[in-house]
Amino acid sequence: MHTWTLLVALLAAAALAYHVGRKRAIATAGGSGRINTLHSLPAYYGFYAAMWAAIPALLLLGLWLGVQDQVITTLVKASLPPQSVAELTPGALGLLMNDVKNVASGNIASGAVTPAIQTAADHYARLQHLARWTQWLLVLAISVAGMSFAWSQTRPTMRARNRVESVVLGVLILFSSIAVLTTLGIVLSVVFESWQFFQKIAPSEFFLGTLWSPQTAMRADQVAADGAFGAVPLFTGTLLVSFIAMMVAVPIGLMAAIYLSEYAPRKVRSVAKPLLEILAGIPTVVYGFFAALTLAPVIRDLGEQLGFAVASESALAAGLVMGIMIIPFVSSLSDDVINAVPQAMRDGSYALGATQSETIRRVVIPAALPGIVGGVLLAVSRAIGETMIVVMAAGLTANLTANPLASVTTVTVQIVTLLTGDQEFDSAKTLAAFALGLTLFLVTLTLNIIALHIVRKYREQYE
Amino acid sequence: MNALASEIVRDTGAVSAADLARGGHFSGTIGDITTPDPRMVCREVNVWYGDKHAIKDVSLDIGNHQVVAMIGPSGCGKSTFLRCLNRMNDTIDGCRVRGSITLDGQEIYDKGLDPVPLRAQVGMVFQKPNPFPKSIYENVAYGARIHGLTNSKAELDALVETSLRKAGLWNEVKDRLDQPGTGLSGGQQQRLCIARTIAVSPEVILMDEPCSALDPIATAIIEELIDELREQYSIAIVTHSMQQAARVSQRTAYFHLGDLVEVGETTQVFTNPRHKLTEDYITGRFG
Ligand SMILES: Nc1ncnc2c1ncn2[C@@H]1O[C@H](COP(=O)(O)OP(=O)(O)OP(=O)(O)O)[C@@H](O)[C@H]1O
Ligand SMILES: [Mg+2]
Repeated sequence: MHTWTLLVALLAAAALAYHVGRKRAIATAGGSGRINTLHSLPAYYGFYAAMWAAIPALLLLGLWLGVQDQVITTLVKASLPPQSVAELTPGALGLLMNDVKNVASGNIASGAVTPAIQTAADHYARLQHLARWTQWLLVLAISVAGMSFAWSQTRPTMRARNRVESVVLGVLILFSSIAVLTTLGIVLSVVFESWQFFQKIAPSEFFLGTLWSPQTAMRADQVAADGAFGAVPLFTGTLLVSFIAMMVAVPIGLMAAIYLSEYAPRKVRSVAKPLLEILAGIPTVVYGFFAALTLAPVIRDLGEQLGFAVASESALAAGLVMGIMIIPFVSSLSDDVINAVPQAMRDGSYALGATQSETIRRVVIPAALPGIVGGVLLAVSRAIGETMIVVMAAGLTANLTANPLASVTTVTVQIVTLLTGDQEFDSAKTLAAFALGLTLFLVTLTLNIIALHIVRKYREQYE
Repeated sequence: MNALASEIVRDTGAVSAADLARGGHFSGTIGDITTPDPRMVCREVNVWYGDKHAIKDVSLDIGNHQVVAMIGPSGCGKSTFLRCLNRMNDTIDGCRVRGSITLDGQEIYDKGLDPVPLRAQVGMVFQKPNPFPKSIYENVAYGARIHGLTNSKAELDALVETSLRKAGLWNEVKDRLDQPGTGLSGGQQQRLCIARTIAVSPEVILMDEPCSALDPIATAIIEELIDELREQYSIAIVTHSMQQAARVSQRTAYFHLGDLVEVGETTQVFTNPRHKLTEDYITGRFG
């Protein structure tokens, strides 16, 4: 008697309704020879009936499941002996109710099972049993009612197709709004938590302070620093790593794109392009341990031989590997925009006696430049938001430095460290993660908007 | 060479369109393929796109200070032939060219010859105006810059101005040289492309349906311009407009399915075509 059996039953009801509705439509038309007198194809009448059989019942079921537990809990709470509840705090009452539920479902309770709890648990189980049966009956009744409504509606003039399509449209809108609403919800929650953070720490300290040390005392008697939330070292660390990454990705990606789109024979292109794009498919955690375990030691050894002091976790290692990860972004976006430059431009240049390299340098690249810049900006926002590689390879110390051989930390790394481990949820330390997240979000959003704008403008130029 | 030419001048009116379509053998071009003062001499040119034989044994002279019009139904190989003349076909994968084409006596398909400087001598204007997404000034200065034709800003300015004047565009754009060439009207863009081509002082100018994207007024301006340009350059023009061919050209060549069917003085070809196919085409029976 689980809910999913009910769902299967509903599905069966819908399938039945489809067949019945279809048959009914054909019958009202006067037999299968006269289907053309129907407003819509018979299948639409079937779908129409299936929708009436399934959708209202599903809605009821959803509503029911949403409130059932709440209602039963309230009822059981009310039935508890008043003297045993009176002096309990809301938290303790919640614990008590948990025990009741555990006992009711045969799990282990947190404490001794008193007779009061036992009675409450029995009561709870009884109510649940009852609820389940009523739920079955009600849902199936609604389904049957829907089906018969559809039956009564079915006649040749009924615009079944239009009705079905408007329901489908509604479902599509619902699902697309889920994506939008989720985004909105995330943004709002981040904004709200950041707001709380800025109540505790002044924005000026956060955005201008140069000391980052978010360790705060968890208990009043603990010996710990007060916590310093100057995020400048994180911003500079992020910028440094991203800068190194772009120094790797932009030249390599651009050169690869130029070679692939202008020089490479078709065969080479058909092999090399997918290979390059595989780079984008490697999980970032793999890049991360490649950076931390392979590249970082190499850089340190090299640096030591040359007489530099190199931290074993360095901005350079993280940046280099991140750059490699980003190459396919730059190359495939640039490749697209270079290919979008019309052949007529190249022909015009060749016809004036320009060589291929002159044509690329003076016509193709300038024409594609806005699109390339757009692609690079998208890659930058990817670099800024990248987490795994820097967590593993860049380190945790918030150094305010421009030295690529030193260990730095980034905004994303700090968000991870702030939120992993035990802490109170409303401490400044935890809330700082939201403020960092909001900053990161705003920066990458701005970059993306600018980039998309540039890319789109460029696309229109030749149309 | 003259012996070959006189051999080719034969009157064979017997091949019908249906014969050609069936792959029947085409027995040679009618009319005089030579001119007394040729700039470019093409002999037995064949072009293949992969397996497709697009140009078959075409021989034709491009005369000095003369406009040669190439007409013929769509897909007959006019553009292909034109693109042979400055080796633009080199940029197409799978395109092979055989035969002999000379410019001022120099074989342009010689192994050792670099097509890049050749294209500065044989300029090309395309069907769709294709100005670079640069300023009007930079569009015209482009060729001069890559070939290092001028030594100073003043010289370059002067070159841009004379080129734009020759293309009849100067008065319309002299106040907006720094604005993008793509912002001009279609007819102006096409004249800009002509100015750009003139600026590298070519000897021959090839035009592939230069007016097909233009309205009648812009077309008339360009036709007038072509007539003026003839005094300094040799011109080969592909056109779908019989009237245009009659108005601007001195000689006309009629192509059909990769063959050069008939060549002659424009007036003769239009008033008294000698081949059945030419007659059918210019009287509008097909094409
Ligand atoms: N790049 C190419 N690859 C393969 N075949 C081609 C290519 N370009 C042209 N062809 C073929 O060669 C033949 C001649 O084409 P061409 O473009 O020279 O014709 P055209 O006379 O200029 O026609 P139109 O008047 O329509 O411009 C056509 O059959 C065409 O399909
Ligand atoms: Mg053509």
